[in-house]
Amino acid sequence: MAREIPMVAAINEALHVAMAADPDVIVLGEDVAGGGGRADQGIEEAWGGIMGATRGLLKRFGPSRVRDTPISEMGFLGAAVGAAATGLRPVAELMFIDFLGVALDPLLNQAAKLRYMFGGKARVPLTVRTSTGAGLRSAAQHSQSLYNITTAIPGLKTVVPSTPADAKGLLLAAIRDDDPVVFCEPKSLLFVSGDVPDGDYEVPLGQAKVVREGSDVSLVGFGRTVRTALDAAEILAREGTSAEVLDLRSLQPLDEAAILATLAKTGRLVVIDEAPPRCGIASDVAALCVDRGFDLLNAPVRRVTAPHAPVPFSPVLEDAYLPSAERVVAVVREMG
Amino acid sequence: MPPLSTEQLMDVYRQMRTIRAFEEKLQDLVMAGQLSGFLHLYAGEEAVAVGVCRHLGERDVVASTHRGHGHCIAKGVDVRGMMAELFGRRTGICKGKGGSMHIADLDRGMLGANGIVGAGIPLAVGAGLTAQVKGTGGVAVAFFGDGATNQGQFHEALNLAAIWTLPCVFVIENNLYGEATPMEFVTPVRDLAVRAASYAMRSDIADGMDFFDVHAKAGEAIARARAGEGPTLLECKTYRYYGHYVGDPLTYRTKEEADGWREHRDPLARFEERAVADRVVEAGTLRRIDREVSALIEAAVAAAEAAPLPDPADVLSDVYVKG
Repeated sequence: MAREIPMVAAINEALHVAMAADPDVIVLGEDVAGGGGRADQGIEEAWGGIMGATRGLLKRFGPSRVRDTPISEMGFLGAAVGAAATGLRPVAELMFIDFLGVALDPLLNQAAKLRYMFGGKARVPLTVRTSTGAGLRSAAQHSQSLYNITTAIPGLKTVVPSTPADAKGLLLAAIRDDDPVVFCEPKSLLFVSGDVPDGDYEVPLGQAKVVREGSDVSLVGFGRTVRTALDAAEILAREGTSAEVLDLRSLQPLDEAAILATLAKTGRLVVIDEAPPRCGIASDVAALCVDRGFDLLNAPVRRVTAPHAPVPFSPVLEDAYLPSAERVVAVVREMG
Repeated sequence: MPPLSTEQLMDVYRQMRTIRAFEEKLQDLVMAGQLSGFLHLYAGEEAVAVGVCRHLGERDVVASTHRGHGHCIAKGVDVRGMMAELFGRRTGICKGKGGSMHIADLDRGMLGANGIVGAGIPLAVGAGLTAQVKGTGGVAVAFFGDGATNQGQFHEALNLAAIWTLPCVFVIENNLYGEATPMEFVTPVRDLAVRAASYAMRSDIADGMDFFDVHAKAGEAIARARAGEGPTLLECKTYRYYGHYVGDPLTYRTKEEADGWREHRDPLARFEERAVADRVVEAGTLRRIDREVSALIEAAVAAAEAAPLPDPADVLSDVYVKG
């Protein structure tokens, strides 16, 4: 049975399901227990993660498997890699993906490469949960969408859910995957509700999903920009333009076949990303369309992204920074 | 700790001699243009790897450094597989994908050499975490140089191991130079072991050129870790004979200094001196081991040279378990 719950609750369910099913799954990160477990002071349950995604895990699974870490991202991510390579299945929480700046080596040079460097002998079944994106007025160092960095590193997988149901299923798939997965939780969607099935299910990595059928133009998004695309499609429908919306869900592996399939259907494609334009996912998708779908194109591929600028604080500025449905509609109109 | 038997001492010598011979052979092979890539040789530091790893078994894990051949040999990694790896062969221990700086064998609890200074330390903390959570009774050892103790990863990893009382031993191989820069240029303390105090961690200092001293002090640290008493920082004072890498012009240190270490403190010579004086091993036995090791290394080189090269299509294998 499905219930309507926010994405953060769906993520919490996935963690409960994964930990109950497999004693090798552990959770570590800053504030994941958040000071809970002190019955003597009447503090059995505390933060359970900055967003509450790890609530209830400490009480149910105990302090050996649910560990608050120091504010020491490089150290605990490195330890998570070592634990993964030696038999655990850790889920580490990197509170904000912006903190990659102080924690990149364990992902870049260790998790991503151990299996390859060791000739296939290592497995690194690590999941790094991290929050991404703008929309919470948290400014330049807590709002970035750096999934293009992790996607660019061979050996890592990167996923970005857009709905609570996908968040639960993708996280369960990520935790059970034997490769390191960066699981990006769009901050602006964490408290948006949607139907989530009960129990244990997986959404396979590497499978995009058509979330709205259409025939005139393809709008490709992921995470937050799926909503942007759906809103744009609604406006376009009123103008008589039928837009198909594709949710990528995984950035690596990338469902190239699904992108080329929707392009084949509509002949026109707009890709929407809330990250800046250079060396990003939107450019990647556009390049794929040109490399392998050139004959399918009836118009140039267009990208709608954030500008080449840091994320600003003031609500007026942040709203102007993010791709909007109106910008997508304007671009579709220009495509003729 | 009971004294080592004659047989055990012969095995210790064989391991130290194997490391020395392996590294001397690599030096010759690079100089003759027969090997490519960056090689960092462990010669001079043999007593550290062997003194520590004598206490480790199959459930125990070591994380190593760019200077990792000695740790591999001491942890029981097959020398023929290592040599084939350095020759970039398909039969290499990492199928030719890792090379010297990433040589590893997880089947032997060898979590890899590492090209990033300090990066192996948190990996060992993770291995210690696995041992603790799963209750394996295993111990994780991180080997690293003096240079790594100025990295953030060192401090972050020690802090984690201390707060979680992990079964870890952190072994500093203080060989006085970080690449070309003398330790005292970049480090305000002379004994790196004092850095344990910040983490309320036990520490010890061993003569890294003396197998017996390393063996005794590492034994205490590893026994404590295994007993659930938490981590130790063990500093071993040692010296690398060939400099930072093969081909290092060694312009940053005097010949007198290097000769002094080799002539007066060589770990193999000191081991032999003591073992023979104690009448537990005969010099003739050690010479026989020398010959056997020499033959083993020559055979490893010959096998590696004759081994098949990787298939270029293998560039794409082992990136993911499941693509």
